[in-house]
Amino acid sequence: MNISRRNALALGGAALTVTLVPVSFAQAAADDAMAQAVAEFTGGADIAEGGIELTTPEIAENGNTVPVGFSAPGAKRVVLLASKNPGPVVSFFTFGALSAGDASTRIRLAGTQDVVVIAEMADGSYTQVSKAVKVTIGGCGG
Amino acid sequence: MGKPRVKVPKSAKAGEVITIKTLIKHKMESGRRKDKKTGELVPRNIINMFSASFNGEEVIKVDLHGSVSTNPYFQFQMKVPESGELAFKWADDDGNVTETTSKITVG
Repeated sequence: MNISRRNALALGGAALTVTLVPVSFAQAAADDAMAQAVAEFTGGADIAEGGIELTTPEIAENGNTVPVGFSAPGAKRVVLLASKNPGPVVSFFTFGALSAGDASTRIRLAGTQDVVVIAEMADGSYTQVSKAVKVTIGGCGG
Repeated sequence: MGKPRVKVPKSAKAGEVITIKTLIKHKMESGRRKDKKTGELVPRNIINMFSASFNGEEVIKVDLHGSVSTNPYFQFQMKVPESGELAFKWADDDGNVTETTSKITVG
């Protein structure tokens, strides 16, 4: 993939509904990793908004196990991302013809952040949805 | 890896969309946690792949990259075209593989 770092960053900036005010290096690094993960998944293609239903709790008391579900009818591939986790990629999903393009799981969230789902549809287009989750106790304990 | 638990309806109508739930016991060691006694990082050992296939056709495949909770749970929907067998598979970083199957009868 020949995407320059600058392009990847610009893409990520446009794609994410993250407030782009890096207050610390750690956060800048997280934004960087996130933009890279998005660019890797889409190959730099444009990402539309909507068409996916994302279910997350508004407030998660325990970051160790946060229920997350999405429904992206007609999706071939989906990536589930946690914008501020040490590694933003949670999981990739590949769906077959019998699938409804949906999945629910439980994930760890290191702190309050956006959970993002990007789907590659059958026609090769990309769409995304993002939701903020407030975490009271982070789940990547160290 | 512990014994998996799957919840699949035993019967369905042709073309019906069913909900499948799976749960497997696994500590999902992230590789970022430090051993409290030695202070050293505990090596990563997570389930990195989960898949479900119906009569040999892949329905869903998940590549786990971390941040999935201990004892990973997956729920998804599937359209049942005919009677058959749903095969589930989990694989972890240490090379352990767990498989189980469930039969669905269309009638």
